Amino acid sequence: MLFKQIQYLIIKELKLEMRNKYALGGILLYVVSTVFVCYLSFKKIIDPRTWNALFWIILLFASINAVAKSFISETRGKLLYLYTLVSPQAVILSKIIYNSFLLILLSSLCLFVYTLFVGNIIQDIQLFFVTLLLGSFGFSSLLTMVSAIASKSSNNFTLMAILSFPIMIPLLMVLLKLSKNAIDGLEQWDTNYLIVLVFLNVIIVALSYLLFRYLWRD
Amino acid sequence: MIKKNWWKIIAVVLVLYTIIAGFLFKVPAQPILHETIRNLYFHVPMWFAMMVILFVSVWHSIKYLNKSTIESDIVASQAAHTGMLVGALGLITGSFWAKYTWGAWWVADTKLNGAAITMLIYMAYFVLRGSIDEEQKRARIAAVYNILAYVMLIVFLMILPRMNDSLHPGNGGNPGFNSYDLDSTMRLVFYPAVLGWIVLVVWIFTLRVRTEKLKRKTLLNE
Repeated sequence: MLFKQIQYLIIKELKLEMRNKYALGGILLYVVSTVFVCYLSFKKIIDPRTWNALFWIILLFASINAVAKSFISETRGKLLYLYTLVSPQAVILSKIIYNSFLLILLSSLCLFVYTLFVGNIIQDIQLFFVTLLLGSFGFSSLLTMVSAIASKSSNNFTLMAILSFPIMIPLLMVLLKLSKNAIDGLEQWDTNYLIVLVFLNVIIVALSYLLFRYLWRD
Repeated sequence: MIKKNWWKIIAVVLVLYTIIAGFLFKVPAQPILHETIRNLYFHVPMWFAMMVILFVSVWHSIKYLNKSTIESDIVASQAAHTGMLVGALGLITGSFWAKYTWGAWWVADTKLNGAAITMLIYMAYFVLRGSIDEEQKRARIAAVYNILAYVMLIVFLMILPRMNDSLHPGNGGNPGFNSYDLDSTMRLVFYPAVLGWIVLVVWIFTLRVRTEKLKRKTLLNE
């Protein structure tokens, strides 16, 4: 039942996205031009710490922009229509899954452009990809939930940033640590941090699953 | 709310004892720390009190989502306000201590980061509250954010110390006060201090809740 609903909702999101491609194109262009601005101001970066920090900051801002529209752009009527048809859990889970696909696409593009312009200093590309995948999923789940919260208030775009930054820091710290390991190419993968990252993702999804039904009834 | 007064008397007595004993009792003489070791009685209990009062806040947020009584919302928001007050005091006392022992008002330290993030989260919570006009809606949305943020904060406070060492006494190879305090004179002040400050903060919190309810009442009568 729930899976069926989630499946339909994801297809709906995809169709809507395909219908106005300029929104998707806009987000992708946002990443490319941000990276280019950084390239023009930094040129090549060799210091791993700076490389890492800049990469995640670009990705953080691009993700916020990409996910912010998921609830903020929904009209009241559309939400009311969904309310009569599907369960709230299906809505939030489908949005989270859809946004993680979007963010995986976004982060891969970001990585590609960033390594092209700013330079590739990653030594363990597999670990970096695993980090990027888990990071995209974590960003997507947390930002989708915050977007749902922010959409209920006036001045929601400012709110989106101030609500999400402080609660994203735990996630971001673990991601920075893991991707730093990947850049340095450590012999062994630090499984502790990977476990923590998976654990964080599970917590965020569980919280969204439990709390979203209180958010969307008006 | 608690109607009896005896616990308020306990709060006053314990805090008075903390101030008098904290400044006058003998403390272990240590290099670098010197007399700043007395900050233990004022700085550390603030964080205990903050965690207690923030737990009260999130507890009432959960209660609000279950029952939807506006009283729980008032309690939750006032507890968060009181928590911020105590957190600010903790930051100020810590900052002064850091200036005299570490040589700077602010250093890159895990515990300081945790404190700063706590402040940011609850400031965001107040901004969120301010941006929604409708009372029931505000209470519901704020409750959801409070729970989400609190859980992330607790996870953060659990993960972070395992990632970096802290400069604080008792962390990262620095001796804690229990290793200096051989004859337990510091414990004799520290434990009552913790209890006293927590009870005092709860008292401030109940007063805030009462004034907020009165404000609401007069607002409704006008």
